[in-house]
Amino acid sequence: MRELRIHGRGGQGSVTAAELIAVAAFEGGVFAQAFPAFGVERRGAPVQAFVRFDDKKIRKRSQVYEPDYIIVQDSTLIKDVNVFMGVKQGGIVIVNTEKKPDYKVPNGVKLITIDATSIALKAIGLPITNTSLMGAFAAATGEIQFSALEKALNHRFPKELAAKNIDAARVAFDIVKGAA
Amino acid sequence: MMEITEGSHAIAEAVRLCRPQVISAYPITPQTHIVEALADFVANCQLDAEYITVENELSALSACIGASAAGSRTYSATTSQGLALMFEVCFNAAGMRLPIIMSIANRALGAPLSIWNDQQDSISLRDSGWLQFYAEDNQEATDLHLLAYKVAEDHSIQLPAFVCFDGFILSHTYEPVDMLTQEDVDKYLPKFNPYERLDAADPISFGMYATPEYYPEFRYEMDQAQKRAKDVIAKAGKEFGTMFGRDYSALIEGYRLEDADTAIVAMGSICGTIKDAIDEMRVEGKKVGLLKIRVFRPFPSEEIAKMLSHVKRVAVLDKNISLGAKGATVIEVRDALYGSSIPVKGYVLGLGGRDVRKKDIKEIVALSEKGQGDIFYGLRKELI
Repeated sequence: MRELRIHGRGGQGSVTAAELIAVAAFEGGVFAQAFPAFGVERRGAPVQAFVRFDDKKIRKRSQVYEPDYIIVQDSTLIKDVNVFMGVKQGGIVIVNTEKKPDYKVPNGVKLITIDATSIALKAIGLPITNTSLMGAFAAATGEIQFSALEKALNHRFPKELAAKNIDAARVAFDIVKGAA
Repeated sequence: MMEITEGSHAIAEAVRLCRPQVISAYPITPQTHIVEALADFVANCQLDAEYITVENELSALSACIGASAAGSRTYSATTSQGLALMFEVCFNAAGMRLPIIMSIANRALGAPLSIWNDQQDSISLRDSGWLQFYAEDNQEATDLHLLAYKVAEDHSIQLPAFVCFDGFILSHTYEPVDMLTQEDVDKYLPKFNPYERLDAADPISFGMYATPEYYPEFRYEMDQAQKRAKDVIAKAGKEFGTMFGRDYSALIEGYRLEDADTAIVAMGSICGTIKDAIDEMRVEGKKVGLLKIRVFRPFPSEEIAKMLSHVKRVAVLDKNISLGAKGATVIEVRDALYGSSIPVKGYVLGLGGRDVRKKDIKEIVALSEKGQGDIFYGLRKELI
């Protein structure tokens, strides 16, 4: 079983990202489970959402404490929340930032930074970074196919909005793929 | 067809396929997505039902009582404080022998206010006469609605039923669910055929007052109906299995229990985490198994006693607490095993949404091996 933990702030679409990643993974033929860390949602407050992937039915219901993958939607969270807590050796951390990191991920963990905010502003016109980060996640981990992500976005959003979000996801996907 | 979707959505879809004729509910976290979806279905003509919006939960269930007495298949959903507000009407619905089905997205009760999961809400209504089903995953949460209607509406039962599933942990989780079709459900669940109904041409009364000469027999008849429900569940659950491949004929289920020394008894979504923990403990050489309770009312005492007859110890997990006594399940499991020498210990855990991990299950098994129990597990000592 592989596990993903998404850190974001209320309003950034962390829960939606978790759901759509699970939908895309299921589309690709694996069992998936997505759920939020049930907080009292307020815009701007730190939030978490989780996804599990497995080749058999997923029974475990506890939160994710030792993730294989971490997505950080807002790098200002890093000073307030221990976002890298429990990450597994060989794990992958994706951080949305335009800056050079002034923090360290644990040894043996791969850090990928991507300026998802700029990508989103350009493609969608709003600083909604979740779909760009889904594209980055697809490229970095191979847990989901880009075509499955595209399908999930088309299913979730009206046509025009879906197209913009798919653009954002593709830009991020290509950047991460290109860097690999 | 297998679909990955939110628990609430899968449940709303199952309810739609059951063709309720009257729905009345008041939104409350974490049940809201279910009633929103049903309101959409009605508004979009995907469900031919009367959706009655009301000012609170007491009115919601009252509306269901009227509609059910008039001969309609009815549905409601609630949780926590909403269920607490329905307390009086819950007893009335059962006393009038109305087969209303209500989804309970289990949540803790205030004060202090908590929107998170435990099972105190439905457990606190255990004496009301409603049948109580508990789901481990969203497949069960979905399927049990069909089973509940089938059993509740059986003329030998005629009692309302809660279908309980852990709030957020199941209601807000996306996972694959085999979604049935209208054709499937129509084959399984025939039209509601009320034994008696309000009819202006042939007037009768429901829920009139009963003097001491009459009252005890009403409660006795309800208790008899609860007991008969075991056989009706067995039959309806088996038929479900034959038609859809998932057999719900048993009120309890064992997992790796045949040769177990330690039996964990639990209910609801925690059973999944327990099964994973058991698999790991088995690798470590510990003979641990699970007895999962799917039906809490009627309580499967004899079935539990039989399934646990060979174990060395029993650890009962309760996501509820009867303050001043113990968790509701451990009290009843101990009663079921009365006369046997098997030690039964209770562990209250997961209250107000406190997360339960595999390591907690392992620690509880270790405590039970040492004979320690009848405790609140995992308290933060610095707060006491």
